[in-house]
Amino acid sequence: MTADATPAIEARNLRRSYGGVVAVEDLTLDVQEGELFALLGPSGCGKTTSLRMIAGFEPSEGGTLRLRGTTVSSADTFVPPERRGVGMVFQDYALFPHMSVAENVAYGLDSSDERARRTGEALELVGLGGLGDRSVHGLSGGEQQRVALARTLAPQPRLLLLDEPFSNLDPSLRSRVRSELREILREAGITALLVTHDQEEALSISDRMAFMWGGRIEQIGRPDEVYRDPATVHAARFIGDANIWTLPAESGRVQTPLGDFATPGSATTCTVVVRPEDLQVQAGGVPGEVLSREYYGHDQVLLVRLESGVELRVRLAPHERLGPAGPIALGLRRDPLVLPDDDAR
Amino acid sequence: MTAASRILTARPAGRHWPPLLLWSAAALVALFCAIPPLYLVVRAADEPSRAIDTVFTGSTLALAVRTLALAATVTALATAIALPMAWLTVRTDLPARRLFAVLAALPLAVPSYVGALVAIAALGPRGLLQQALEPLGVERLPSAIFGFWGATFVLAIFTYPYLLLTLRPAIAALDPRLEDLSRGFGHGRWRTFRSVTLLQLRPALTSGGLLVALYALADFGAVSLLHFDSLTRVIFSRYESFDRGGAAALALVLAVIALSVVTLEVWSRGSRRYDSAHGSARAATLVPLGRWRWPALAFVVAVLTLALVVPVGVLGYWLVRGLAAGEAIDGVWSATGNSLIGAALAALLAALLALPVALLATRHPRFLIARPAEVLAHTGYALPGLVVALAFIFAAINFGWLYGSLWLLIAAYALRFLPQALGATRVALLRVQPSMEEAARGLGRPAGNVLATITLPLARPGILAGGALVFLTTMKELPATLILAPIGFETLAVRVWSASSEAFFARAALPALLLIALSSLPLLLRALSGRERERASR
Repeated sequence: MTADATPAIEARNLRRSYGGVVAVEDLTLDVQEGELFALLGPSGCGKTTSLRMIAGFEPSEGGTLRLRGTTVSSADTFVPPERRGVGMVFQDYALFPHMSVAENVAYGLDSSDERARRTGEALELVGLGGLGDRSVHGLSGGEQQRVALARTLAPQPRLLLLDEPFSNLDPSLRSRVRSELREILREAGITALLVTHDQEEALSISDRMAFMWGGRIEQIGRPDEVYRDPATVHAARFIGDANIWTLPAESGRVQTPLGDFATPGSATTCTVVVRPEDLQVQAGGVPGEVLSREYYGHDQVLLVRLESGVELRVRLAPHERLGPAGPIALGLRRDPLVLPDDDAR
Repeated sequence: MTAASRILTARPAGRHWPPLLLWSAAALVALFCAIPPLYLVVRAADEPSRAIDTVFTGSTLALAVRTLALAATVTALATAIALPMAWLTVRTDLPARRLFAVLAALPLAVPSYVGALVAIAALGPRGLLQQALEPLGVERLPSAIFGFWGATFVLAIFTYPYLLLTLRPAIAALDPRLEDLSRGFGHGRWRTFRSVTLLQLRPALTSGGLLVALYALADFGAVSLLHFDSLTRVIFSRYESFDRGGAAALALVLAVIALSVVTLEVWSRGSRRYDSAHGSARAATLVPLGRWRWPALAFVVAVLTLALVVPVGVLGYWLVRGLAAGEAIDGVWSATGNSLIGAALAALLAALLALPVALLATRHPRFLIARPAEVLAHTGYALPGLVVALAFIFAAINFGWLYGSLWLLIAAYALRFLPQALGATRVALLRVQPSMEEAARGLGRPAGNVLATITLPLARPGILAGGALVFLTTMKELPATLILAPIGFETLAVRVWSASSEAFFARAALPALLLIALSSLPLLLRALSGRERERASR
């Protein structure tokens, strides 16, 4: 993937509001060919509206959108969804109830000799070969999801948009279907943009992701970058577990329960973010007392009250410190993240 | 991208125009609904001084007051019948409650002119009652059935089901906890009913009452047969005596009255309009009637006797008597055929006209003309059939080729009953999830193709139900048929009318019974499907 290749999706300053309430503001992002890109955010943050603007189901009120180098939406252009060459998988799957499984899958194909063959191939691809004659009513949730995927993949779109595609599945099914989808997309070389409110989903399957809050993109990066270095307090709070303190800063330094750290710029208030796994048991560290312990098998989380009265969560390896209570001394594995306070923004 | 497709797609960003074909079709339907009423104004304005003389006289004022008084008493009496009927069949342990629930709506199948015919045939000066009393020396009964109170009685008995049908779901949806709460505060049953129950039923009472009031304002057949001079009867006689300017002017007065009643209802509904029933938290327990059980049963049986048993019995008696006397019935079959053809064409046209308006209203509700088109498409809801018919006659005079054509009648039917088709189509379209259509477009199909392959197949049951409703209402329609039917196009309704206005009861009996039978079909189907739904939800 080279930087100068034409991106599959090139959104610049897309905007959408409903009756004066801004839903999406200045949406700017590039999705490269072959990438699986996740758009993560809480419900109502504008991520689905963004997806619908890219698909062509919502007009944008400003900005431009290019798909594989072709302008599909700008001040004087609007290409309708059926001519964007984009496949979309809906949250409710939107299977056509008056058609069989095969008829659903064949819907996007031209009537030609190829039709039957490609329908069969698409069903094979999602592991539903031989189910073509079934009615869509009798299918399980997982099967419906696969039919929806097969239907979208049958016309061989180069770009796939997925709106919360796993949210209606049983949690036990979810991770399996997720990795299957990722494999299918890899093999077919399809670029995909996935909208989700599930941070685990975004972190685990995307190549890159964007975090959206209040209609704006706050951060774009690889999942590990976004997790390790959240650009905003919202991102830190929403993605993963974190100890977060909002504290006053003075002459470029901030006093935290775990020590004294430099602040960016000349903020008078800043937010300090410490992931529970960035803390460790350390002789001579900050003293405190273990209040309770949640044991997860692969690790454990302690709730610790420091002598200063501050409570924080500490993630440790499963075999470390098995006692449920008692004194503890904590140190940091790495410096905490110090962000200028953006709640006031 | 070709130059042509660039022009098609070049639109100001953020303005999402619906397809040209769709909004222009909806605009045409709106014009179709607006133009005939405008012709009334044009016709009345031909001789403005005469129109003003006609409208602004004491006799017109008295006529309007008389008509409104009839609508008011009919609505009051219909409420007095419908409210207890609805409550007894929904919330109490009335014996055979489910059977009565089905039967209680059936009087809707009796057209009011058939009801009036039966009333005259049974209670008229030389009706069945007089014949039964003749051995006692009764030569003639007083003509009490004629006039204001006779019309009130007949109209209320056969229109109360409109109120019943709007009240029943509202009563079923009443949250019993609210009543319990009020009783818990120590309020008596009667006070609870007034302060809690009635208040919650107000939207259903006003919208059902509006239907009854509009029916009474618009009714032509029953008031004419019962010799009550309401606006419709006077308009018709002016039209028959070639005073067309006068008829147009009075039709305008009637239209204004009907529109005011609708406006009043919309206004009184106010912000409560969207208070939909959320369903009760727990199933309402049936109220035990106790010692009121038998009086309640007597009331229900009495209403149904008057509204169902007597009409069918009297008509059956006259049919048998007519057949015995050698009454010819062959004309009835061609009239049945004409009724079926006219109603089928009207249903088809109404369904076609409803589609673009409903599509625009459900898929592009914020579009400039979506709301106005929907409002105009409801013109026929407020305008009495006689007014619609006169409007079409006056419009047809300007388009000579239409005059006397069957299509003129079909168009008037379609305009008059468009709201029924529109309502059903709208609900059906709202039930089709937008994501279905979007998925189809995302798969490369243009909007028109998606409509044909996804939207319409999924909405078909609702659209058909709307068409069926128009079909059966059209069968019963009288005034527009009398004015607009081409020469020789005799329908069942016209046959009943012409026979009964000359008191040939035996000749009217068969077509009247056929009308009742055909009209009760959808009500029975509706009751059965309602039961199925009830069973499925259990």
